[in-house]
Parts: sequence; structure tokens; C-alpha cells
Amino acid sequence: MFYRESGQFKSSYAKDQAIFPIRQDQIAIVLILAVAFLVVPWFVNDYWSKSVLQPFLVFSIAAIGLNILVGYCGQISLGTGGFMAVGAYASYKIMTSFPDMPIVLVIILSGFCAAGVGILFGLPSLRIKGFYLAVATLASQFFLIWMFNKVPWFHNYTMSQITVPPREFLGVTVTSSSAGPAAQYLFCLGFVVVGAWLAKNLVRGRTGRSWMAIRDMDIAAELIGIRPLQTKLLAFAISSFYIGISGALIFCVYLGTVEASEAFDINQSFLVLFMIIIGGLGSILGSFLGAGFMILMPIVLKNIMVGSFGMAAVTAKHIEISLMGVLIVFFLIVEPHGFARLWQILKEKLRLWPFPY
Amino acid sequence: MNLKKLALGALAAAVVATPMALSTPASAYEYTIPGLVYRTGPYAPNGIPFANGYADYFKLLNERDGGIGGVKLNVVECETGYNTKVGVECYENLKNEGDSGAMVFSPLSTGITYALIPKATEDEIPIFSMGYGRTSAADGTVFPWVFNFPTTYWSQATAFVKYVGAQEGGMENLKGKKIALVYHNSAYGKEPIKTLEVLAADLGFELMLLPVDHPGQEQKATWLQVRRAKPDWIFMWGWGVMNQVAIKEAASIKYPMDHFIGVWWSGSENDVLPAGDGANGYLAGTFHSPSNSLPVHDQIRDMLYANGNGAGEVDRVGEVLYNRGMLNAMFIAEGIKNAQAIHGTTELRGKHLRDGLEAMDITEARLAELGMGGFTPEVKVTCADHEGGGPVRIQQWNAADQKWEWASDWITPMSDVVRELVMADSAAYAAENNITPVDCN
Amino acid sequence: MELLQALFVSPFMDMWNEPAFFIETFTKGLLTGVLYSLVALGFVLIFKASGVFNFAQGVMALFAALTLVGLLEFMQGKDMTANHLVGMTVVAAVVAIGMLGLKKVNKISSVQAPYALLGFCAVVGFAWILRTIGLPNYILIPFAIVGTIITMIALAYLIEIAVLRPLVNQELIILFMSTLGLAYVLEGVGDLLWGSDVKILDIGLPTDIYIAEFPFGDVYIEQLDMVAAVVAAAMVIILAIFFNKTRIGRALRAVADDHQAAMSVGIPLKTIWVIVWSVAGIVAMVAGVMWGSSSGVQFSLSLIALKALPVLILGGFTSIPGAIVGGLIIGVSEKLAEVFWYDLHGGAIENWFAYFVALAFLLFRPQGLFGEKIIERI
Repeated sequence: MFYRESGQFKSSYAKDQAIFPIRQDQIAIVLILAVAFLVVPWFVNDYWSKSVLQPFLVFSIAAIGLNILVGYCGQISLGTGGFMAVGAYASYKIMTSFPDMPIVLVIILSGFCAAGVGILFGLPSLRIKGFYLAVATLASQFFLIWMFNKVPWFHNYTMSQITVPPREFLGVTVTSSSAGPAAQYLFCLGFVVVGAWLAKNLVRGRTGRSWMAIRDMDIAAELIGIRPLQTKLLAFAISSFYIGISGALIFCVYLGTVEASEAFDINQSFLVLFMIIIGGLGSILGSFLGAGFMILMPIVLKNIMVGSFGMAAVTAKHIEISLMGVLIVFFLIVEPHGFARLWQILKEKLRLWPFPY
Repeated sequence: MNLKKLALGALAAAVVATPMALSTPASAYEYTIPGLVYRTGPYAPNGIPFANGYADYFKLLNERDGGIGGVKLNVVECETGYNTKVGVECYENLKNEGDSGAMVFSPLSTGITYALIPKATEDEIPIFSMGYGRTSAADGTVFPWVFNFPTTYWSQATAFVKYVGAQEGGMENLKGKKIALVYHNSAYGKEPIKTLEVLAADLGFELMLLPVDHPGQEQKATWLQVRRAKPDWIFMWGWGVMNQVAIKEAASIKYPMDHFIGVWWSGSENDVLPAGDGANGYLAGTFHSPSNSLPVHDQIRDMLYANGNGAGEVDRVGEVLYNRGMLNAMFIAEGIKNAQAIHGTTELRGKHLRDGLEAMDITEARLAELGMGGFTPEVKVTCADHEGGGPVRIQQWNAADQKWEWASDWITPMSDVVRELVMADSAAYAAENNITPVDCN
Repeated sequence: MELLQALFVSPFMDMWNEPAFFIETFTKGLLTGVLYSLVALGFVLIFKASGVFNFAQGVMALFAALTLVGLLEFMQGKDMTANHLVGMTVVAAVVAIGMLGLKKVNKISSVQAPYALLGFCAVVGFAWILRTIGLPNYILIPFAIVGTIITMIALAYLIEIAVLRPLVNQELIILFMSTLGLAYVLEGVGDLLWGSDVKILDIGLPTDIYIAEFPFGDVYIEQLDMVAAVVAAAMVIILAIFFNKTRIGRALRAVADDHQAAMSVGIPLKTIWVIVWSVAGIVAMVAGVMWGSSSGVQFSLSLIALKALPVLILGGFTSIPGAIVGGLIIGVSEKLAEVFWYDLHGGAIENWFAYFVALAFLLFRPQGLFGEKIIERI
């Protein structure tokens, strides 16, 4: 009843191919965007912005990026942390070398740097497959972190801990701690919305279809004329582009200061992988749901245990770690295809509700 | 299904919002002292005793003196797991906690300190990173909200060199000697390199750099290098499991342990015990006594642990890292006392405590009054100098008695060298971030 | 030119000029490789039999070592351990009784799992008796080892019930992620029960060094490493016999070849999985003991899994000899590269270098040195 598309007739191809062809979806997305852009900024405070919204947004971008690679193109990668570090250090170098460059351009350029590195480390994927590839991508994780730690040029010959200088966007400071919570939130949100929109269109177009063909069976895909070299490397490039942007945002906006070996260690790679698996492989919506779950859940658990039950911080932390593990296993068992699939089932149910056949 | 989900979502949102929405019940004014601790994760063995000492000292003040100036201290622990992201969450969560808001943050991690310095400056909450964090924060004109007394890594590096010089029979004998630095390959571990390089150029010793990657469970290659190069002295900037493995490896290649000096984060009981007798004679820098029988320890045992109120185990009161946590707490408490005197009120907030910390002037007489006679050197902080002198002392592990003993007297660091590096680094930071230094006159 | 010199000439000249040092580096590389292999072995066993890339292997090593130390300290009369252990026993008993109850109600639970847990409770009970008697270490240590093995078997049962069975026939990446979840659980529970302090593991393994004297210099070798090598060799032989000569071993190989075919000839898949996970648990215990003896048992022990991964892809996910040979290749090459090419890179390259070595091999054999050939059909 709530989600019935009967009566919505498409009278042109353009309408049929619209990104959200169903009216309910259109309304929902407009509402969500309106709330996100117009309502939330009025209410957001430091805590919400720094601890909940910003990590959710920046990790959503990373999750979309990794989902393109793993979910759509079928190449498992554990090098996410390394590519994030590329984005972060690239943005630092660009910002300090060209102080007048607009911050948006800086972040996009950092994404391109990460894309370049991604292509380089994507090369083995042409020969190595499955878990062998997954483990092999750890090479990029460890090598990149080592390199940023080692080569002083990347941190301008000072400490390896880099700190972001203040930068303005449209006259409002968005980086460094003098930026307000709403400004930083909106800045991240802008990247997320544009990024998600691009990704959604990418994966339902020709490129996305060739990725999926490679994912489902690469030999067959090759036979029907999809070139594995270009397709796989393009997936690595675009995926790393998103991940690089997310790394740049983590550095410039969210944390303001990072150190490669700490902020972008292997746990970040696993975290983002968890996001897309729990959220749903091969789904842009799933990337958001997964990021939301992995970012919010620990905070929720912690606040329940420490805030509501007055548990000691340390006991709560141990239980939180265990519970996260249990929840992950639980969701994998309940729905291996992730939250996105649950949402799909829910939509099916809503279509018929309250009178299922 | 849908409704259930919605309800769950609402519940989740409510729970996240709880810390913000909870209005504090009307009660007497309390100081909120955030404890950014890590009792979990790879560095927990070191984080636990520190956190216990920190919590115990404030509890002791509440029990013994009824707080500071009649105001109770409320230590709120937040578990960071040594993770910067979580540390930032803790900061945002705690900064407005209670009547006073967070009085001061002691982040207890290099990464979190760096992340909090600009934020706390903006929010006017002091950061007290005791002997860690950003060394150049010793320049109070650029970092008015950050304190790192009683000493810093760079001072410590110079103190080590002075100690080595004394052992070799004079600084001139350092010429041609070889010193290896085994360090944790991170911002923290790389701290002393610049200082040591400057000294190496000045004094003519050869510096050999041996990085060890996190976590440092496996260091055979590093110690093969040591065996090959045979350095005369080894300095170590280690943390966590790296310490234990390094000490064990050094013992097993028969390196003379009394030529092996660890940073103050590599000199706790945890680090030497797994190596057994092999660790005998190992040296470590420190800025407080390893004693566990000062009057204050007895008070903690009698007033807290005897009533089952202690944070940890009673036989671990007075361990090196426990003492360090206690020292950190003592400095904060003294800062609060100073601030009460300066501002003439007990209803202080973080921004008032800053003035109290800057007026820090701990004398031996005051220490004795606190039951900590001889615990730490005298410290005097000024507006421009947030390091406060920075003497360092070397302690030595006695494996037979299982305790640390003094191996040197207090060593005054080469302040001229350190100060110059500090000023250069803080000036660069000020330039990059458009900060106008505070005028201290 | 200088770069080429540092890359191709001077390291080899160093090796030639310092033969004793070269031998020492090489030997230590081999012995480190053995330690990597010990961890990798656990991965291989599980991957072979159930196709699960078990990322929890490192945490299992930590968990086993913690259990061993915990039991030992408990029997020696340490108080804190007693509290933790009693807590754990209560949990185990409650879970066991709960499962027995569930079995009664709707027959969904496996028969053995609650008994395995009760076996653990019995271990603790027996340990309690030993604690009150107060016996010397050489009696307590074997008992602690046996107790740990029983605990790991109980753990294998639990994992089979809670994780593997519900996820049967899922995609490999889902199974992989579920073992990551499992790692979180074990990590949290382990810490909660035993605390996060560094625990000293002393079960009487030698800690001294052995000095081999050559005319051109001395070579130092740690006795602990030599013990580890002997133990690893013994374990590989036992596993080889187990896999090739026993009935269960043959069943294991059949399962590894083809799950469905094995089931159709009457091999009980669930039992096989429990056995494999138990064996992997025991291997994890050995690895945990060897690593834990040198550094103390603490959280970081779980991170040794990362050192085993390059070994794994180099040797092949499915090959036991591969794990050994892979470990030796990685161990030697990373030590030589770190030590002799130090001037070129400035140190701390081992973490990534191991992966690059493995990558180099993979370019020629994408399934690892000894892995099964990947055959793709349309």
C-alpha cells in the first residue's frame, strides 16, 4: 500500500531510465536530502558532528568506493587503509604546496592521486584471483603506510604527524578546528551526495555492467568482448578515487591531524570491508547502511552500557568488542546479502501490505 | 517489521543522544576530570597501571581532603584503546560533562594529543600531556593551552647523551662512539631523531637508526643489525610488546644491559619481567621515583585499598606506570589549587585551570607536604616555557629484587639545544596555522 | 650508480665478507620462518577442510596461550586468575546447561557441544583440586596443556554450532568475514576473562642461546627457536601421518576434495569440521606458546596472523608443505633484505617486503607454490 507503483506510467525512455523511477523513492530521497541539508545543520552540535555524522559520511564514501571494487567488480581488496592514506597525504602536500588552491579542488585532486596508485596496485589482479588477491592487496596497505612514514617529503620534513591548515570554502572555514560543526558536516555531505549520485549512475550504466560481467565470470565476460585489463583497472581506479577522497576528508575535515601508521592501519581496511558486507555487496544503499551500522553501533553500545547502566568504561569496551563480533556473525547468518537485501524484502512486503496474497 | 525497525532506530537515536540530553541532577559543584584511558587493545598492559594511579590519586583527594578546596573531583573514564578516532569521540563526549565541563585532558597518546591540540585551544580547555605528545608545545607562546612539563622527549634524548658522556668519562669521549636508536616506527618513536642528529653532529658520535614496525612482536633482524654493528650504546623509544621483545632479544645476544637505555615508556615492570634475569641492569629514563613506599602510597593503601575502593590490585600500587598516573593526577590537582587561589573562586572551569597550570611551581617542600618527598624534581612553569626545566633521571632494573633502582642523579638536559629546536618547530606550526604568538611580557 | 651499487653489489660483498654473520642471518631467517609456518599451518588446515579463510587463527593462538597461562597460574595459586577462571567456568556451565535444555526442547543443538563445555568445567574443577593440593610445576604444566587442548576442542564445537553450521554453503567472503567477527568475540571474551596484563609464560622452555663456533666467527642461535623448529617438524610429521594413514585423515581429505561427494559416501561433515577446528586450535596453542614465551602473553600476540598471510599465499592455501616452505622462504628473504639491504631502505621493511616476495611468486604461480591448480570453466 505504501510502496505500490501501480498507476505510475512511464511515457518516455528518459523517465523509465531515471535514477529513481518510482515516485515513492523520489519523495523519500527529496525528503532525506531536505532534512540532511536544511534541518540537520541547525541542530547539529560538536558531539554529533564529530562523533557521529562526520565519520558516518566519510566512511560512507569509502564504503561506496570499496563496494565498486568488491561488490560490483568482484575483486576483494584489503588495501583500503593504504589508499585512504594516499588521499590524506596527497591533500596535505597539495594544500601546503599551493596554499591558494580551493579546498574542493584539493580534495578531488587527492582522489586522482589515489586513483593512480590504485591502478598500480590493481595490476596483480589481472593474474591473481580470490583470496590470493585479497591477501596480495595487503602489500599495498603495508607498503604505502611504510612509505608515508619513511619518506620525509610527504610530511614536509617535520613530524610524520601531519596537521591540516585552515581553509575556507565559500567564505566559511571548513578545515581545522576553527570550523563550525555545521560547516564541516555540510562540506562532507556535499561530497557524499555527489559521490553517491555519480556512483549510482556509473554502476547502472555500461561501465557498471561490464564490471558485473567480470565479477560473475571473468572468462565469459572476456568472450563477449569485455576487456579485463581496462575494466578491472578502471574499477581499481574509481574505487581508489572514492577511497582517496574519503581519506582526504578524514584528514582535512574529520580528524584534522593524522599519522599514517595509526589512522590508516589495517583495521580501517577491515572496517570498510565490514561495512560493505554487512550493508550489502553490490549496493550503493548498502554502503550507507553498512557505514551507519559500523559507525553507530559501537557508540550506541557504549552509551547504553556506560551512560545508561553505569558500567565501567573498560568492561563496557570488552563487551562492546564481543558484541560487535556477535552482531556481525548474527547478521551474516540472518542475511548474508546484507541490509540492502533486508530493505528490498521490506519493500516487497510494503508493496502488498496490508493484504498479502 | 517496519514499525519494529522504526522503534529500534528511534531507540538508537535516543541512546546516542543520551549523553547530550542528560541534565545533571542538582548537586554540589564538582570538577569533571576526564580520564582518557586505554585498558584494552595492544597497549593495555601499559595503560592499565597508569589509569589506576590516575584514578586512585583523585579518589584519595576526595577521601582524605574532601576534594580540592571543598570541591569533589569526579573522574570520568573514557576508553580510547589508543585509537585517535575514539579519542576524539571521548573528547566531544566529555568536554561539557558536569558543572565544570572537562577541566583538562591528558590524552595519553601522541595521536590523540595532536588531534586535540587545535580543538582544545578553540574550546579553551587545557591539554596536559605529561612528557609525551607534541614536544614543541613547550613553547607557551604558540601553544598557550598545552602543557608538557616536567620534561619532554627531546630533553630526555639530551639527558641520555649526557649520561652516556658521564659514563664514558667526559663528553669529549663520545667522539667516534656509536649509538643505536631502536624506535617504534611512528610519530612517537621518531621524536628524538632530530635532537640526536644535532647532538651527533656536535659531539661527533655516530647515530644508527633502527626502526621497528608496530607491533614489534618479531625483531630478529633489528638485533642482528645490532650484533653486526656492535654499537657502544643503545637507546630505545619503544612501546607495548616491542619493549619486551627488544629487551629479551638484547639479553639473548648478550648485549651489556647497562649500555641499553629505554625511554620512560620502555621502563616499567611489564617491560622487563618477561625477560627474567636477562633484563638485569637494563636502564631507563624517568622523571619520577620508582619507589612504592612513599607516604602517599601508604595513604592510598590504607584509605582506598583497605576499604576495597582501589582501582587495581593492591600489590601493584607503586609500579612505575602507576606512579606516573599518580604524578599526572598530582599536577592537575596542584593546578586546580593554584587556579582557585588565582581566581578566588572554587567554581572553576577548564579555562581557569589553564592559569593554574601555568602558575605551577612545585617545590620539594610542597612535595613533602603531599607525601611525595623526593618523588619528582622541582618544576616551575612559566608563560613562555611550558616544559618547566625538564630534569631526567636514569633508573636501573634489579632482576634479583625485581625492582627499579636509581642509576644516576637528576640530569639537567641541554636546554639550549632543545629550546632552539622547540622554537623552530613551534614557529613553523604558528606560520602554517596563522597563529599569533601570545606576548608573555 | 650508487643506487645500483647499494642494490646489487655491496649487499653481496657484505655477505661474502662476513660469512658468520651471513650464516647467522640465514639461520635466524629459517627459524623465524618456522614460527610463521606454525601460524600458517592453522590457516591451511581449516581452509583445506572447510574452505574457510579463518582470520581468527591469530586470536585463537592468543586465546589458547591465555588459557594455558590462566590455568597454570590458577593451579599455582594466583588469586586474580582464580576470579577470572571461576567466572569463565560459570559462563561455560550456564551455556552448556542452556544448550542441553535447548536440545531437550527442540532437538536443534548438537549432542556433543554441551559435553565439550562440561569437559572444560571438569578441567577447571580438577585444576581446583590441584590448586588446593599444591604441586610442583612439572606436574602442573602437562595438565595445563591438556586442559588447554580440551578448551580448544570445546571452542571448536561452539564455533561449529554458532558460526559454521548456519553459514554452510555461503560464499567464501561471507565465511571469511564471519571469522573476523569471531576474532572480535574471542578478543573481547579473552580480555574480559583474563585481563589485559602481560602474562609471563614459563613452561620450562629454554631461554638461553646456543653459540656455534666457526673458524670465521661465532653464530648465535636461540634455543627456544630450535625447540620451535623441532616441534614444528614433529607436528608436520604427525599431521602427515594423521592425514594419510588414519581413517579420520582419509575422511578429511575426502571432505577437502569435495564436500558433497564426501557426504554422499557417509562422511559426517559436522564431525569433520569439529575435528579440523580442534586440530587448528591445538596448532594455534603451539604457535601461541612459542611466540608467547619470548614476549609474554598479551594482546599483540593476535597480530602474528598478519605475518602468516604472505606465507599462506606463497605456499598455497591448501598445502601443508606449502606452509612450511613458504614460511622458510619468507623468513629468510625478509631477514636478508632487512639486514643486508639496510643502507638502501633504512629499515622496518619486513612487513611489506614479505608480501612483495609472495607477489613475485604469485605472478608465476597464481595459486601459490604448492596450491591446487585453479581450473576455470565456463
